[in-house]
Amino acid sequence: MSAGVELRDLRMSFGSFTALDGVSLSIAPGEFVVLLGPSGCGKTTLLSILGGFLTPVAGEVLIGGRDMTRIAPKDRPTTTMFQDYALFPHMSLADNVAFGLRMRGMAKRERRTRAQEMLALVGLPEAADRYPHELSGGQRQRVALARALAVDPQVLLLDEPLGALDLKLRRQMQDELKAIQRRVGTTFVHVTHDQEEAMAIADRIVVMNAGRIADLGPPREVYLRPKSLFSAAFMGEINQIPGEGQGKALHTPLGALPLAANGPATLCIRPEAITTAPGPDLLPLGPARLLESAFFGTHHRAHFAPLAAPDLRLTAHLPQDAEPQPGMQAELHARAHVVLEGRA
Amino acid sequence: MTTARENRLGWGLVAPALAWVALFFALPFALMLGLSFARLEGRVVVQGFHLDNYLRFFTEPALFRGLIVSLEITAIVTVVSLALAYPLAWIIAFRVPRRWQRLALVLAILPFWTSYVVRSYAWLLVLGQNGVINRALLSTGLIDAPLIMSATRFATVTGFVHFFVMLLTLTIYANLVQLSPNYARAAADLGAGRLATFRHVILPLTLPGVMTGAFLTFVLCIGDYITPQILGGNNELTLPQLIMMQLGRRGDFPMASAMAVILMAVVTLAYLACARWLRMERV
Amino acid sequence: MRVLSWLYLALMFGFIFLPVAVLVLFSFQDGRLPVPPFNGPSLRWYVEVLGDRRLMSGLMNSLIVASLSSAMALFLGFLAAQGLARYRLPGSVLMRAALIAPLTVSYLIIALGLMSLYQRAGIGLSLWTAGVGHVVINLPLCFAILYASMGEHQRSAERAARDLGASEVQVLRLITAPMLAPSMLAAYFLAFTFSWDEFIIAYLLTRFDVTLPVEIWALLRSGLSPRANAIGSLVFLVSVGVLIIMELTVFRRVRR
Repeated sequence: MSAGVELRDLRMSFGSFTALDGVSLSIAPGEFVVLLGPSGCGKTTLLSILGGFLTPVAGEVLIGGRDMTRIAPKDRPTTTMFQDYALFPHMSLADNVAFGLRMRGMAKRERRTRAQEMLALVGLPEAADRYPHELSGGQRQRVALARALAVDPQVLLLDEPLGALDLKLRRQMQDELKAIQRRVGTTFVHVTHDQEEAMAIADRIVVMNAGRIADLGPPREVYLRPKSLFSAAFMGEINQIPGEGQGKALHTPLGALPLAANGPATLCIRPEAITTAPGPDLLPLGPARLLESAFFGTHHRAHFAPLAAPDLRLTAHLPQDAEPQPGMQAELHARAHVVLEGRA
Repeated sequence: MTTARENRLGWGLVAPALAWVALFFALPFALMLGLSFARLEGRVVVQGFHLDNYLRFFTEPALFRGLIVSLEITAIVTVVSLALAYPLAWIIAFRVPRRWQRLALVLAILPFWTSYVVRSYAWLLVLGQNGVINRALLSTGLIDAPLIMSATRFATVTGFVHFFVMLLTLTIYANLVQLSPNYARAAADLGAGRLATFRHVILPLTLPGVMTGAFLTFVLCIGDYITPQILGGNNELTLPQLIMMQLGRRGDFPMASAMAVILMAVVTLAYLACARWLRMERV
Repeated sequence: MRVLSWLYLALMFGFIFLPVAVLVLFSFQDGRLPVPPFNGPSLRWYVEVLGDRRLMSGLMNSLIVASLSSAMALFLGFLAAQGLARYRLPGSVLMRAALIAPLTVSYLIIALGLMSLYQRAGIGLSLWTAGVGHVVINLPLCFAILYASMGEHQRSAERAARDLGASEVQVLRLITAPMLAPSMLAAYFLAFTFSWDEFIIAYLLTRFDVTLPVEIWALLRSGLSPRANAIGSLVFLVSVGVLIIMELTVFRRVRR
């Protein structure tokens, strides 16, 4: 059975370094949550606290409604999938997967049956008597997952499990992880620094930066309507135009734009939202000169310098069939945009 | 890809070392082997192929006993040293704060730098009838007469254990420290208590290293002359001591050679057993 | 559980340092026997030891034999390691095994073997004959340490240097030597320690001029004496001093 997780105002520091600065989060049972952020943002620390490998300096961890803040890993209803898999090299795959069950006192035959089931679940039905060193990285991954799920945890913690795999394998494993999670229904908390991975698998993404939550929401929300400048830039390429808001208008180097804002603000526009074709409900950005472009298969990635602000750079994705010429001029418009407080 | 010229250069580089080993290790051993089949008549060594020395060894109780004594002492020393060193290495690796680990390790092996001879002698000062322990026990009235500790097997074993605990602590520590911490974390995560984690994960993973240490202990201990000579007394003699006696008192080089060959054979058997065990474990 | 660990640690350290502590303490004994009660402190035994011609010449001999034999072992080991690491020679596995073999053989047996050789060849025993034995025991060690550190990363660095225009000599001087320096130093240091402390080979293969352990052995034959304490403590304290110096200079630099 899966459980919800409640984190209340967690604080953690190592010496003088603050790793978590008041993090609060609610995770629903059965949810696939991804903690996303750059190195040092605190995501792994948070996961370790969830797993019981670290005790926070302040704050509470509730799993399934019960306070687990100071409970040791072995007594928590969580299991972890480690970055280096940590499969026991001296045990067969079946013994590895059955280890947790053995610790709970399950009888030998029962253990073996369940281990076989789990191995079949992750796609390795015939491999029970093989050893970890005989497997490839991707296969070891799956065994680690099987081992973690075998004990039927309420929450499964994944610590950048796909980092060591090559791109193709990674994409494949992302799909499989998602499918398995839906099947078993366990709450998954997954740590990664790869925003594409986060968007591919998460029900909700938690963007973290410098020990705090910078943004929170389903992938679509976080990508299209970022709530902070950090998450806007982290989730993918974005144009950030500085401006000064004066009530009904935003004054930018491109001119005064009809956007409501107050004080220092930044206009954020995704490259794929910039178009050269006019149309209704578009935000006009003014004329710009094309500096250079590169063909990326599905689109052209083009760099523009607005005539109104020649030092500014705007990156736009032009359609596949466009024929961009350096030096040509075009009128730019934005299909979607977000105005965020503060300056980048 | 190496050319013929490069190959010649390679051979040229390895040759001196190989020549040294051949000339000063392999050849001497062959000569000694040949000598073990010779006979001592009066004061002259008569070459030939005689099994006299070997027969003498296996039929003379005083001589054969030396092998038994050596094996017994070595077995005890190996087991005791391992039992004492493993926990010590474990504590330094996992209990001592990281900053102090190197210092703790260096301190644990510092007495290595007293001369081997002097260190065995120092145990005489501790265990002797007038030694530190006896004086302390006598002065506090815990005993009436000094305990006989030196010139006994106990003293020899203590002297050996002192040395090998240091050696094994070093090797076991190196082994423990290179284990990924995630193994222990994974075990705990899956519900294993500390004892279970040790039994099912840590111990099996460190066993190869421990076995290698045990083998090293075996080889060094069984071939050592100094410690039993200083601490062991005259009631029982080890094989190295008997070999030295053949050399010194009787000048019986052939006999000494034969006994040395037997010692070598015992060590080789131990090596083969160990290698086979390691190969089996390395699944 | 914590308390038990620290208790065990304390007990073991006590056990490990007990003989050394007793040794050093009674080297300052003001009396004829290095046993309790402790009278003193007195430096007279150190004075005697430092003035003892035989002990001092033994010490000098040990230094000479150790430094020369270790240098030889390092030299041969370095060449062999280079040969086997750089060039793919047939039978390299066998050669490596042959070079490492002496490690598993008792020093007593090595000494006996060399005695047979010298007897047959009619060579008299001396510091040189013992030194040869020390090279035999230290060559495998030096070879193993250097071979292990001559890895792929070192060869790529050399390749890069050659690519940038360095001559073979420059490569050796500016790339190979500095990269290998820490291992060479460690190997030499280890070999020196083993040779310096070695007894049975030195005992059986020398005649008139002997090394320090052999002199100490002779000293011990005549019973307990604070002189043995003094020379033992001296050797210990000097070794520890050298270790500290090396730690602060060489190993620190390496760790950076």
